[in-house]
Amino acid sequence: MLWRKRSFHYHLMVWPGIVFLILFSLVPMFYSLMAFQDFRPRRGITGSDWVGFENFKYMFELPDSRTIFFNTIFLAVMKIIANLIVPLVFALLLNEVRVRFMRRWIQTIVYLPHFLSWVLLATVFFDVFSLDGIMNKLFGLFGVDPILFYQSNKWFPAIIISTDVWKEFGFGAIVYLAALTGINPVLYEAAEIDGASRFRQLIHVTIPGVKTTVILLATLALGNVMNANFDQIFNMYNPLVYQSSDIIDTYVYRVGLNDLQYSLATAVGLLKSVVSFVLVTVSYVLASRFANYRIF
Amino acid sequence: MVGRNNIQNRIIDQSILVVLVVITLACLIPLLHTVAVSFSDKSAADAGRVLLTPIKPTLASYSKVLDDSLFFTAFFISIKRVLLGGLLNFVITIMMAYALSKDAKQFPLRNVYMWFLVFTMMFSGGIVPWFMTVKSYGLLDSIWALVLPHAVQTFNVILLMNFFRNLPKELSEAAEIDGAGPWYTMIRLYVPLSLPAIATVTLFSIVFHWNSFFDGLILMNKQDHYPLQTYIQTLVAQLSAQAMTAMTPEQLAEAMAVSNRTFGAAKIIVSMIPILVIYPFLQRFFIHGITLGSVKE
Repeated sequence: MLWRKRSFHYHLMVWPGIVFLILFSLVPMFYSLMAFQDFRPRRGITGSDWVGFENFKYMFELPDSRTIFFNTIFLAVMKIIANLIVPLVFALLLNEVRVRFMRRWIQTIVYLPHFLSWVLLATVFFDVFSLDGIMNKLFGLFGVDPILFYQSNKWFPAIIISTDVWKEFGFGAIVYLAALTGINPVLYEAAEIDGASRFRQLIHVTIPGVKTTVILLATLALGNVMNANFDQIFNMYNPLVYQSSDIIDTYVYRVGLNDLQYSLATAVGLLKSVVSFVLVTVSYVLASRFANYRIF
Repeated sequence: MVGRNNIQNRIIDQSILVVLVVITLACLIPLLHTVAVSFSDKSAADAGRVLLTPIKPTLASYSKVLDDSLFFTAFFISIKRVLLGGLLNFVITIMMAYALSKDAKQFPLRNVYMWFLVFTMMFSGGIVPWFMTVKSYGLLDSIWALVLPHAVQTFNVILLMNFFRNLPKELSEAAEIDGAGPWYTMIRLYVPLSLPAIATVTLFSIVFHWNSFFDGLILMNKQDHYPLQTYIQTLVAQLSAQAMTAMTPEQLAEAMAVSNRTFGAAKIIVSMIPILVIYPFLQRFFIHGITLGSVKE
């Protein structure tokens, strides 16, 4: 009689996915216990010695740890701010364009970089920022001497942030554009009858219309404070700029999977996961309280 | 008054358009430059003389790509990965999204599953434990290592679930009264009604699988098991290794010349082709799909 019940079939639909999540998300959480061990691959997780918080202590004694935590948070926060503002400005400008085919063309082009991988874009930018690349040629027009962008700790973070914005601003504007189309046209008509200029319409109608969206996105972005984008930095950085752009994720990769210090790398990664989890939870709670946002 | 306003308005419109065209060009120029380099004569490109148009156009670098057997091995591994991974994502996303779109009254444990899903999305054990897990299943150096761990794309499930929830409830109620079972309702009613959203999540899943490089790098030990992006990444790594050792500008310029720009650019362009081919078809869906999926009752 069980198969006659509808809910039985719903369970059947969900379970294949749940099994994959258990195998590839839940089981790794069990493996992350090796952050509290002196893990030896030969002895496995059940046979290795427990060392308590030793790995965490060691981590904070390392000279690198301050640098990587600072870099991660600095780069992530700069990206969050830039990726909130640039797409908003772009969306506001695009919203003023009334010629439909222009809008469509611009949108098609600026969304495209979002779908290209960092592996490919890193190669593209390596050329753009090289000694005889487009960027140095452009700077040369203003009499600036060629700059070794990829070897300069001053320039490299700026490149990381700006290329990230370059890739994502178009796609990020979609949410804003949706909010802008949701503004009631009657408001603009009323403002025009009252003699409001286009600038005043922007200040009094358009901006209030997207305000909740901006606040919501800013709140949710809180969860990304520890996320500086591994894929991008891993593909663009080199040892000369570790000082300014080595982040937690790249450090964990090198220490854990290159140098095979499994326990230390797991401890660093676990600390990041826990802090991120707390931040994401806080951001969702805030978003649901103040913007009535629900994930599901 | 009206006349002045009109002129003012047109000036504003024109300047906004100019700014937007500049922004759009800024998006295109790095890509156009790469295309130009890939079609250029090798010596001109290595000397850094190519800007946005090819110098002495030639297909030499593309025919070199055709001769690169490692590139094509990697290309077909990526195609295989996209087909297997995309299909798996497609089936699992639709099933999960449909069941979870029911409310807790129709599907009692729905919220428990939902919290589990969200938890696994927000908390991860980190990359080393993940690697250990996949290794312990004996999946290293197998195509399934690239497919199975990403079978559930939680973000896509939630997007499609929200889309399903916005379909009128009367539809499924009517189908139920007519005696349609859950599977029939899902396949014959919900799927056809949600094509824009399904196209969107399928695009995301295809792009995800095509663009992933990191799992290939850590899970594959042999170079001829690398998917395309991993293969390209190892080439990039060689390039930036050169950049860091060659300290003086002269040495760097020398290293760059050896690196063979045109060949690299041609590889980049060929790797972009699959994305460029599906992008225009799915682009008209995804704006619609994302905005509808994000609206909740």
